[in-house]
Amino acid sequence: MLNNHIVKTSEWTILAGISFVACLSFFFVAGPCCYAGDAGEAIDYQRQIKPLLAQHCYACHGPDREGQDNDLRLDRRDDALVSAIVPGEPEDSSLLERIHTEDPDLRMPPPETKKPQLSATEIALLREWIAQGAPFEEHWSHRPPEHVLPQSKDRPWIRGPVDDFIADYQERKSIAPAVAADRRTLIRRLSLDLIGLPPTEQEVTAFLEDTAPGAYQRVVDRLLASPHFGERMAIYWLDLVRYADTGGYHGDNDRNHAPYRDYVVAAFNENITYDQFIREQLAGDLLPNATQRQKIASGFNRLNMTTREGGAQPKEYMAIYAADRVRNMGSIFLGLTLGCCQCHDHKFDPYTIRDFYSMAAFFADIKETLVGIQKPIVLLDQQQTQRVHDLGEVVSAAKTLLAGDSTVWDTAQAAWEQKEKPTVSLDWRQPETVRIESEAKTEFKVLEDGSLLALGERAASDIYRIDVPIPGEGISAVELEVLPDESLPRRGPGRSGNGNFVLSECEIWLGDKQLSFSEAIASHSQGGWEIEKTIDGDVNTGWAIRPKVGERLTAYFSLASPINPGQQGFVQIRMRQLYGSGYLIGRLKLRTTAVEQPLESIKPRLPYKKIYDVLAQTRMQRSKEDERLLRDHFRRTALETASVRKLIQDAEAEKKQIENAARKVLVTMAEKPRVVRVLSRGDWQDESGEIVAPAVPESLGSISVSDGKRPDRLDLARWLADPQNPLTARVFVNRIWKLMFGRGLVQSLGDFGAQGSLPTHPELLDFLALQFIESGWDVKHLLRQIVTTSAYRQSSDTNGDQLAQDPDNLWLARQGRFRLDAELVRDNALALSGLLVPRIGGESVRPYQPEGYLAHLNFPQRTYKHDEGENQYRRGLYTFWQRTFLHPAMALFDAPSREECTVSRPQSNTPLQALLLLNDPTYVEAARALAIRVLTEGGDDDQSRLDYTYRRALARNIEPNESDVLLALVEKHRLHYQQHPDQAEALSLNGLHRTPEGVDSIELAAWTNVARTVLNLHETITRN
Amino acid sequence: MAMKLPDHVLQTICRRTFLNRGRMGLGTAALWSLLNDSNTSAESLPESGSRGVVQPLHHPARAKRVIFLCQAGGPSHLETFDYKQKLAKMDGQPMPESFTKGQPIAQLQNNELRCLAPQRSFKKHGQSGHMISDVFPHISKVVDELCIVRSAQTNQINHDPAHTFMNTGTQISGRPSMGSWLTYGLGSESDNLPGFVVMTSVGGGQSQPIAARQWHSGFLPSRYQGVQFRSAGDPVLYVTRPDGVSAVPQQDVLSAVTELNQMREASTGDPEIQTRIAQYELAFRMQRSVPELMDISDEPAHILDLYGTSGGDGSFASNCLLARRLAERGVRFIHLYHRGWDHHGGVKDGVAKTASLVDQGTAALLTDLKQRDMLKDTLVIWSGEFGRTPMAQGNGRDHHIKGFSLWMAGGGIRGGMSWGATDELGYHAVDNVFHVHDLHATMLHLLGIDHQRLTYRFQGRDFRLTDVHGRVVEPLLA
Repeated sequence: MLNNHIVKTSEWTILAGISFVACLSFFFVAGPCCYAGDAGEAIDYQRQIKPLLAQHCYACHGPDREGQDNDLRLDRRDDALVSAIVPGEPEDSSLLERIHTEDPDLRMPPPETKKPQLSATEIALLREWIAQGAPFEEHWSHRPPEHVLPQSKDRPWIRGPVDDFIADYQERKSIAPAVAADRRTLIRRLSLDLIGLPPTEQEVTAFLEDTAPGAYQRVVDRLLASPHFGERMAIYWLDLVRYADTGGYHGDNDRNHAPYRDYVVAAFNENITYDQFIREQLAGDLLPNATQRQKIASGFNRLNMTTREGGAQPKEYMAIYAADRVRNMGSIFLGLTLGCCQCHDHKFDPYTIRDFYSMAAFFADIKETLVGIQKPIVLLDQQQTQRVHDLGEVVSAAKTLLAGDSTVWDTAQAAWEQKEKPTVSLDWRQPETVRIESEAKTEFKVLEDGSLLALGERAASDIYRIDVPIPGEGISAVELEVLPDESLPRRGPGRSGNGNFVLSECEIWLGDKQLSFSEAIASHSQGGWEIEKTIDGDVNTGWAIRPKVGERLTAYFSLASPINPGQQGFVQIRMRQLYGSGYLIGRLKLRTTAVEQPLESIKPRLPYKKIYDVLAQTRMQRSKEDERLLRDHFRRTALETASVRKLIQDAEAEKKQIENAARKVLVTMAEKPRVVRVLSRGDWQDESGEIVAPAVPESLGSISVSDGKRPDRLDLARWLADPQNPLTARVFVNRIWKLMFGRGLVQSLGDFGAQGSLPTHPELLDFLALQFIESGWDVKHLLRQIVTTSAYRQSSDTNGDQLAQDPDNLWLARQGRFRLDAELVRDNALALSGLLVPRIGGESVRPYQPEGYLAHLNFPQRTYKHDEGENQYRRGLYTFWQRTFLHPAMALFDAPSREECTVSRPQSNTPLQALLLLNDPTYVEAARALAIRVLTEGGDDDQSRLDYTYRRALARNIEPNESDVLLALVEKHRLHYQQHPDQAEALSLNGLHRTPEGVDSIELAAWTNVARTVLNLHETITRN
Repeated sequence: MAMKLPDHVLQTICRRTFLNRGRMGLGTAALWSLLNDSNTSAESLPESGSRGVVQPLHHPARAKRVIFLCQAGGPSHLETFDYKQKLAKMDGQPMPESFTKGQPIAQLQNNELRCLAPQRSFKKHGQSGHMISDVFPHISKVVDELCIVRSAQTNQINHDPAHTFMNTGTQISGRPSMGSWLTYGLGSESDNLPGFVVMTSVGGGQSQPIAARQWHSGFLPSRYQGVQFRSAGDPVLYVTRPDGVSAVPQQDVLSAVTELNQMREASTGDPEIQTRIAQYELAFRMQRSVPELMDISDEPAHILDLYGTSGGDGSFASNCLLARRLAERGVRFIHLYHRGWDHHGGVKDGVAKTASLVDQGTAALLTDLKQRDMLKDTLVIWSGEFGRTPMAQGNGRDHHIKGFSLWMAGGGIRGGMSWGATDELGYHAVDNVFHVHDLHATMLHLLGIDHQRLTYRFQGRDFRLTDVHGRVVEPLLA
């Protein structure tokens, strides 16, 4: 029947300049009749054959050709037909022969690959497929969505085409849909699904009482219009884009992203179309006349993990960030698993390593710090912007004035110079000849200025011994200058690679007698390496000078007892430099003085040494540069200029204050694109790879731009959100479907490739995707379309038969039941208790967290201070997202660390969750707040209070057998706390929320435990 | 209604938690819940009734559990287990460029590279005659238990990625750590403790951060995640009852939760409820078992003396003692981190100081396991995330990945031997290179697992701890 199939490849370029390649296969029989397992039907290549070939054969005979010494490809028909397959002739096809053979040298897959051998059934399938002509099809997700109408029948159950598609399958499987859920269940389901909060009692009542047609739609409309809708959608979107508040690597330091989160919430609330949403995030900064909000949206590109670890190599991290962006972009928008292609061509899908780096090239213009702090922009409103601008004008005018000509100030300066000119001449003597000897035999050269420059091989450690003739008037102090020199690393003055040195000890010897220095001062010392450590007798400490390398620096050492005038001979200065690794002084000069206590007159002027050196010179000796130095110094310090300087200071302080108080956010700013090469095997040190320009994967088409223009992120965004792109809409509608049913139409939400799952309802998926595009990428429309179906409104209750018939609920004959997401577990408890502060947006917040939870962080060490006041009761969405140590209430309920794109959270069920709900102060406090409400609003007797509790917490009436359990509990605990009032008191002190006057503490304790029970119920944390 | 199910069904259901051998009555629905587990792909589920997915084991196991003593920060192999005479001779000399050209370098980037002599003295110890430095007087006494590998190599030169690589076999986030792989493969033997436990200590040097990623289960179900046992505050997060709730009222709340959950199950048929009920039971047991584990008052004085700790102080020695207690209770993977080996400066005294904090506890753990006849099936691994350069960084050493030392003991490892060697300056592993992937492959082998066959399908690919690498190093096996 299928022998006459034709394989046709067509390519078209659409007006937007974007093309998508699609390989179409035409069959006599096509459409929704080929289902796995339907006996007597044609073999379905996509469902039955391709997975077999991919699993067993592609590793050697798939798209990745690197390192393969065979020519056979089984992923493309033309190649497969060359030698392995003869269509219609299984007996002549070597594919089957090689699978069958007993000869281990020939058998496929070869035993050494440890690939499982094919089973008899699988071989039979292959045989039948070849007999049917071995038709290949382009992978389903690469074909454009097809508009196929459901089989139209008169079905009372259906509410529209979506239901029709589902009914088609159910009829084929002989499964009947479940009954509709009751209104209480429906409104709780809708509320949790669309706004992530439970319905209030009033909302439930209103819905129950609204008997007019369209009541359900009215609830849907109300929820879609709620500002909490955006919050609920953001929880999912932030998982995809890996939103977090910290960098993720090493010290996991804070970064500024919260305004981006606010953008996402607002975008969903305002129903910004999905194509626009994509463009703003990938390329908001490149949009014409980009608004501040669009720039904030472009912060999307900055959400990757970043490092500040000392010793991290920028080039390596450039490659890591680039790969991260490609991998995640593929997952977020296209459902592709591009990660494989960082090192080699994809084993199963038609993507190459070249595709990977070509995609990376789109992001090569993003300005960022490769290793270090990521610098945010400051967000100012219009008024603040104006004020900052005005302040800037003030500062610049005042600075001009301060630097300008002024006879008044010049006169004042002349007077000041006269006054400040050094009156005491320190009379420094520079020896005419010095003798230096080095322990490590280092050679020195005497330069013109009399300084000594070390030459040749550098030792690890050394001791310099310098003999200085004693001048006639004696010596009271020694001056040591260390000087820069072009021959030294980073111009010295040290010989170490970074220009530094460590002078461990500086000693002065007269003959074989060591004299002692009483004090040492220096014009600069490195923190922890102060000059006084050169005279402390400890060789493990010393003087170093980072970061002031490449400069002249001076140190002074005063003798405890001066050498008297008339003393003959030499003193020896010994400079012990024992730190190792060549931390040695490279160029130095020594001078002596005999003036009494010279350090006393040097000390106050030491910070301004350069200035006083100039002052000591005559006007004739001074250079222009010296004059400028003096004037600047005077104007920066003189009383006469104080009022102008205060003006500058105040304006700058105000500007700083405005900016400090303002929000900050990382955004994308484009710079000259970095060169991107194909990194063979992902090796960032390999510089031999081809340089690539931005391009989308070849198998998906191309982006053509006007001549000479480099395709940029905006082009990429347009290509993603082009109606012709076969993946973008399908991937998105599938994920929205998952949020509303607990399971996607394609189960592998993150993999639409050959190894992913196939759609259970391909026509429905395509229908929704096409409708989504036709609606103008209208997200709220899509949701309305889904939640108003009969399928959505079914009961989720199950029984053994139904479970047996369709355990995975593939055919949607009931609604899904699933645990609330981590954030919603929290939000639900806070909402029920009335503690929730429903404010939208803002910076991240810090709920209670066990002490010491961040103890493993460092650089800097972290202390966690939970929020007091309103921020303690905000929605989980706003929890500070510390990537390396995500808040345990989030992590234990499966919220991801967001180091990578997460398309679907796991749903675990662990004892740690039980411990959290039982013992975390958040839940104990919420239980108490709920109990307070029950006692004040829930009536006067236990039964009416229980009724109230259940209506409030679960939007339903309590059953009598449930009442029995809780009545017994409350009675027992009332007695218990009557006997232990101290425990009742202690229980009431959990959390910040205070109990109002007039609430009986015993009663409150008993009801707190009832409320704790309710908050711990499976039903409470389940959406059904 | 609850009904009695065959044991293999029970065990299957208990795999949904990180604990197992629960003894709950279960409805048929619970069985179906397994098949409905949207997070476990069908091919990753075990055939039937095993505790882990590897059922039966790929070959007989030599070890039942692992205690990994992670020396975080990167201990210098040159001051501990790898003596280099030639390096001593070249102290202060330029490092020959032939060694370093084109090699990745961390903090010494753009610095002149010079040799730094070994800063500690070495001596032969035990019958095996292993050369060990003077910083490990206690480990030196149990040296004949050790198989010292002097040719280890890793791929990542900075702490955070290097730990990630050591734990997950890749630097990319989101992959399971080895403890998760093992509990996924083998399950746990403990009724009321997690199968994968992590404890940390600090001291002796710069404490580099450690991310929770290091014990994360990645794409494996979260129940395989490592659970941190803490020395301060709650030993396990939230295990302590709230103020004002004593033991009996807490039990009352738990019982009420269970009863109400059962009623709900009857009315809705939700199969997940049985699992939830089981988790609350286990949580209840943990509220007893965890404090009982941490309370070492039942340890005799000679044992405390052996470890050199009075316990409860969060020290490495105290954690070693707890590791033994965890091992006795059937915990599968016990991961200790000591954060204190990052000696960029002052390597001579620094290594000695950090070693003094881990030496006695480590030796005591080996001795104690042996006297309880548990060393034979407990694999103990001692390793940092990398080693340190032969080149000086001041008077310290920088990160180094091309050759470093680690050791293994017990659990089917041949004691008293050494494996591999670095070159004459301790830079490159040149003889029998032992890559981190080989460590993983060998470790899994000892536990009865073929590292090529323990896989998990994620995003269309079968992932392994060893990625596409790793060899079982047969000569190390007893």
